[in-house]
Amino acid sequence: MGRITLEGVTKRFGDVEVIPPLNLDIEDGEFVVFVGPSGCGKSTLLRLIAGLEDVSAGRILIDGTDATEASPAKRGLAMVFQSYALYPHMSVRKNIAFPLKMAGMDKAEQDRRIAAAANALNLTDYLDRRPGQLSGGQRQRVAIGRAIVREPSAFLFDEPLSNLDAALRVGMRLEISELHTRLRTTMIYVTHDQVEAMTLADKIVVLHAGRIEQVGSPLDLYMRPRNVFVAGFIGSPKMNLFTGEAAAEYGARTIGVRPEHIAISTEGGTWKGRVGVSEHLGSDSFFYVEDTGLAETVTVRADGEIGLHHGDEVWLTPSEDKVHKFDDGGDLIE
Amino acid sequence: MARAVTRNTRIGWTIVAWAVALVIFFPILYTIITSFKSEQEAIAGFDLIPSLTLESYQTVQTQNNYFRPFMNSVILAVGSTLLALIVAIPAAWAMAFSPTRHTKNILMWMLSTKMMPAVAVLVPIYLIFLRFGLMDTRIGLTVLLMLINLPIVVWMLYTYFREIPGEILEAARMDGASLRDEILYILTPMAVPGIASTMLLNVILAWNEAFWTIQLTTTSAAPLSAFIASFSSPQGLFWAKLSAASTMAIAPILILGWFSQKQLVRGLTFGAVK
Amino acid sequence: MATRQTASLARLMRAPAIILLLIWMVVPLGMTLYYSFLNYNLLNPAVTSWAGWFNYQYFYTDPAFLDSLWNTLVLVVGVLLITVCGGIAIAILIDKPIFGQGLVRILVISPFFVMPPVAALIWKNMIMHPSYGVFADIAKFFGTSPVDWFAQYPLFSIIIIVAWQWLPFATLILLTSLQSLDGEQMEAAEMDGAPAYSRFIHLVLPHMARAITVVILIQTIFLLSIYAEILVTTNGGPGTASTNLTYLIYRAARLNFDIGGAAAGGVIAVVLANIVAIFLMRAVGKNLD
Repeated sequence: MGRITLEGVTKRFGDVEVIPPLNLDIEDGEFVVFVGPSGCGKSTLLRLIAGLEDVSAGRILIDGTDATEASPAKRGLAMVFQSYALYPHMSVRKNIAFPLKMAGMDKAEQDRRIAAAANALNLTDYLDRRPGQLSGGQRQRVAIGRAIVREPSAFLFDEPLSNLDAALRVGMRLEISELHTRLRTTMIYVTHDQVEAMTLADKIVVLHAGRIEQVGSPLDLYMRPRNVFVAGFIGSPKMNLFTGEAAAEYGARTIGVRPEHIAISTEGGTWKGRVGVSEHLGSDSFFYVEDTGLAETVTVRADGEIGLHHGDEVWLTPSEDKVHKFDDGGDLIE
Repeated sequence: MARAVTRNTRIGWTIVAWAVALVIFFPILYTIITSFKSEQEAIAGFDLIPSLTLESYQTVQTQNNYFRPFMNSVILAVGSTLLALIVAIPAAWAMAFSPTRHTKNILMWMLSTKMMPAVAVLVPIYLIFLRFGLMDTRIGLTVLLMLINLPIVVWMLYTYFREIPGEILEAARMDGASLRDEILYILTPMAVPGIASTMLLNVILAWNEAFWTIQLTTTSAAPLSAFIASFSSPQGLFWAKLSAASTMAIAPILILGWFSQKQLVRGLTFGAVK
Repeated sequence: MATRQTASLARLMRAPAIILLLIWMVVPLGMTLYYSFLNYNLLNPAVTSWAGWFNYQYFYTDPAFLDSLWNTLVLVVGVLLITVCGGIAIAILIDKPIFGQGLVRILVISPFFVMPPVAALIWKNMIMHPSYGVFADIAKFFGTSPVDWFAQYPLFSIIIIVAWQWLPFATLILLTSLQSLDGEQMEAAEMDGAPAYSRFIHLVLPHMARAITVVILIQTIFLLSIYAEILVTTNGGPGTASTNLTYLIYRAARLNFDIGGAAAGGVIAVVLANIVAIFLMRAVGKNLD
């Protein structure tokens, strides 16, 4: 079981309120990602759930029982740290065994669980090595192994992939995803990378300055961002956001259109401009169109085979029903 | 700087460096050589080849009971270092892993006590030792040396502990470790190299301390530093014997010292030079 | 980073060290301050009385006091000059690609581990002795008459001994600093055509400036308290020619049993040391984040 409920959880460091009162429900078995720019309080929130920091106010319930004052050891959660935080003086086997040893589990059961975890994570050949002798990806697996053996009610991940290179990161992301499919245990995952968030999450929590901007499924956030911040944060390349006259035409302060929702043509359309930089990825092409009369450069996604280049004159047309309109406060106009 | 140099340049610098090193080391070398001479040889003029007699070493032991000051030195150096560690380890642990707004100030203040000149408190310490019968006792001197070196011990341990990432201790807490488990299984094994280095440097410092040991001991608690200082009186001047006593006094610490170069820099500059 | 639980435990763990050092600092210093205003002689403890500023006046007007201040200054500055200049030169020398670097290092740092009385006795008897010392042997070899170092140049002789003890410290610290110098930076300067001496002036020296400062400050703290070397060699003499402030206070307290006078001297020593300490603390404090 791993149902976690935050009720009015608040965190202050001295006079600074890093997390204003916050409510959140995490269902058993859910994969929840906290995402936001650095300094948005996502890691602090995770550490509050872990018990590594005290809450200033509010309650944390784990499976319905109040765990606000419980020590980290008593909460039954496992955590994977950004730096992996492996014990450098212990072998891989001892690292993985440590939480079991702390729980006072008998030796045979320990060995059985370690063998199973090592097998699942491809660590069997490395069990007698020290963490210092392992590669980044292997260390990451040891950290995950140490977390899964004790069968916690929830896993907490604190930017676990940020120390890996790009290729490894994609691989580990898949492994974590498979792990969740297999274990069906609640996972809370903190990242600043919205691609990780989109690919992993059942539910994304977008945080900004300690506040929850929006909670929803990845597609929900992508299709229906509730405000300008979420609209700009989710999606790569970023959604085009226009202010001024173009927005006023729609009766909004700001309008947003995703790059794939703008048609590009050499014959005619709403905005006339000139291709600046163009990126040809094969499957898609991205054009950064300038001199449109809009204040901002417009990003457009088009088919991979379209033959446009730097300096070409083009016409752009947004799909009317895909334009997001935001009011003065940055909130979506329904 | 790994740069290509010609063989000749390298040989040239090597000769200069060895010449300088030997000049600096010469007084020690010459003392060791003289300690293996007979008294007649020792005053017969410059000579680097001794007859390799152990006569002087025997004399020092039989006439002056060398073993007693040696044991006193061991007890004082090791005892004061262990005492200091017992007090300093928890303090350094707390300051490194649970810092407060005042931690920096406390550390600086501790450092400042190290800068108090010993002679400034000679009068009160001397009177206190007289009053409480601590004169020429090992216990009094052990406690005093502990206090003198405590700031350095706290500082060194603090800088070593700071290098242990906090996340590892948090990981242990998440893994269900109690504070006791955390200290026993995680912190101590990781801190052992730092604690050993700190011990090493402080044994050296305590062994070589020569103000308080001379002021506060006469015979029964006198360590080697005070014992050797008594050789300055004219009646005891025998070159080979002096050399033998000196060699025995510095040999153990010289060898320890060779292993402690890195710690020396860290410990004596309070982390200001790395 | 800590939770309330660990914070209160931390307070408990810090306490013994802080309390011990607090007592160690406050009690003796307080007593020194108190005694410095007393007429108190251990030879005649019955007539102890309040002295006001008398002890300070007495100290100040004593010609030995001014001598000792001057000697302290000469001793500190002389040793600093030798050790810092020598230390820079030797550090650069050891940092060169030489054969047996590790062994050279060990030989050079060895004097630091020789306890002060031994260092002083070695130099006094083995090296500088007017009839049996190595210097005398060298003089005889060249046919000149040997110098009686401690009688003719007492302070200079002590400076030599102390400098020999502290040269390894300066060398080691400066070498550590030198080794952290960015090799690419030096190579870039070489590519830019900077000759060796200008690389030294503009790159090496500024890089070592911090280490040099630390060496000067830390050594000064220790050099102000030079004691055993004087005790073993010249006993402060001839006259007051090699008496520094530390030795003067020691004599007042232990040989003249003048508790009040020695305490007043101690207060002066604290003031002097504090002037240096303030600068040292700043240098160290910058390094704490």
